[in-house]
Amino acid sequence: MTANAGGPRTVSKSETDDFRSETEQEDAPLGTPRVADPVIESRDLDVYYGDEQALHGIHMEIPERKVTALIGPSGCGKSTFLRSINRMNDLIEIARVDGELSFHGKNVYDDDVDPVALRRKIGMVFQKPNPFPKSIYDNVAYGLRVQGKADDVDEQVHTALERAALLDEVEDQLDSSGLDLSGGQQQRLCIARAIAPDPEVILMDEPASALDPVATSKIEDLVEELAEEYTVVIVTHNMQQAARISDKTAVFLTGGHLVEFDDTNKIFENPESDRVEDYITGKFG
Amino acid sequence: MSTSNPFAEGTDDIERKRMIGRVFVAICFASTLVGIVALVALIADVLYESWGWVTWEFLTYPPSQVIENFLPGGRGAGIYPALVGSIFLIALTAVFTVFLGVGAAVYLEEYASENWLTSFIEANIANLAGVPSIVYGLLGLAIFVRGMQLGSSLVAGALTLTLLILPIVIVSTQEALRAVPDSQRQAAYGVGATQWQVIRDVVLPRALPGIMTGTILSLSRAIGETAPILMVGAATSLFVAPDGLTSSFSAMPMMIFEWATLPEPEFQHVAAAGIVVLLTILLLMNAVAILIRNRYDPRS
Repeated sequence: MTANAGGPRTVSKSETDDFRSETEQEDAPLGTPRVADPVIESRDLDVYYGDEQALHGIHMEIPERKVTALIGPSGCGKSTFLRSINRMNDLIEIARVDGELSFHGKNVYDDDVDPVALRRKIGMVFQKPNPFPKSIYDNVAYGLRVQGKADDVDEQVHTALERAALLDEVEDQLDSSGLDLSGGQQQRLCIARAIAPDPEVILMDEPASALDPVATSKIEDLVEELAEEYTVVIVTHNMQQAARISDKTAVFLTGGHLVEFDDTNKIFENPESDRVEDYITGKFG
Repeated sequence: MSTSNPFAEGTDDIERKRMIGRVFVAICFASTLVGIVALVALIADVLYESWGWVTWEFLTYPPSQVIENFLPGGRGAGIYPALVGSIFLIALTAVFTVFLGVGAAVYLEEYASENWLTSFIEANIANLAGVPSIVYGLLGLAIFVRGMQLGSSLVAGALTLTLLILPIVIVSTQEALRAVPDSQRQAAYGVGATQWQVIRDVVLPRALPGIMTGTILSLSRAIGETAPILMVGAATSLFVAPDGLTSSFSAMPMMIFEWATLPEPEFQHVAAAGIVVLLTILLLMNAVAILIRNRYDPRS
């Protein structure tokens, strides 16, 4: 079936057999993994860090202009999956990927895909706000400049700040340093920076975990609004957050397995997997 | 109304431990003092010896074998050719070092993949930082003076000093690059920057204060070095300042050494005056390093 049979994947398959009984696709998650209009499709995706396998045969489809939440306990591979979408894992020397991850039907791990071009279509927001030590304006303009979208930078910066619900607070201090903002404002600045070059997808890696509750709720409101324009994939530790803001939820459990993927309501009200139910209701994790 | 003190028990023991703490602080303070006292004594002695000898004539005239020429009312004698020689030497060394040192560090830290070869190279660069300067002098003599036929010239001296401080500059630059948070690199990669853009826009600006500080401090070490330029064949006392890359040259440490070995006791004052000039330049360079670090620190 795959070209690289005999690689480490084969070994891992037999190890994971006890995890799921034989089905058509042995690692396909419970729930409804198929969506009507997928932008991103993961097929049998394995990720390794050195000898350690961080993700096991992930099958998943991410719908367009919806919020898809990835939840699960620490070390379950949800961040790894997020970073394999825009190939940020390439920056880790020991990381290796098997299987297929498609964006509009094109496997992003094909040899003819430039990861830089990929990241221009798929923006990213990180766990800790990481603005550059530059002015607010230059922070937002950075993506435009590196991508050579230098026309009407002013307008694009304003639009991005407005979409990130930050413009009102910083309109008359665009020249001051991004580091002078509060943590919540810095994170919205990073969101503005990510959306300024107008990507299709925004990946968010626990964007509110370093913020206080008020700043968190602003980010959550923002995420829901962003989904009108963008496809949002968000990793979160916070199950209430996933329940509040996402349309689809994927539950990863220990060892890098996607256990269940479905509409968020279904996952939180009536999950098919007992382990997911235990996790959701706080029995472990 | 006598309430018993609930904390009374065991205070002897606490007091004893506090005592040990005070002894420790006293030892640490004394250690600090040794260095500072030695430095102050040295500077005081040099200033005392040179008092009245550092004149405008001393800075602008070539040296002389006759002590009267250094005195007020004499024909004028001083350190000028060596002063200019040292400044040219250090300026050239700075140019070579910045390009080679920063280039090598950026390659090793940002581009080279982590394998046995790069670890081997990095370990040996650290070892090279500990090689005595006279060895670099011999190397410079063999490669630049003889091999490349540069002769005992300014450029041969500068290249030799570059070799001497290159390992320190590479290591300190690597440390500055390593101190750039990964979150900053990821932020740039995340909006679709290429590796070159990440290094140019994010890594180098952030590491610049550290790179400059390390480089300038290394250059301060180079300006005081005597052994390597002695091997390369710098003149002890030269009467004209160098006027080109291939000129022969003198440098302040050589000049000071020459004066200190002369038999007339008055020349000790002349040597002290030379030391004051050298130390002043050194302190100025270090001050510039601190200014750059404070001024260009992007976090401030």
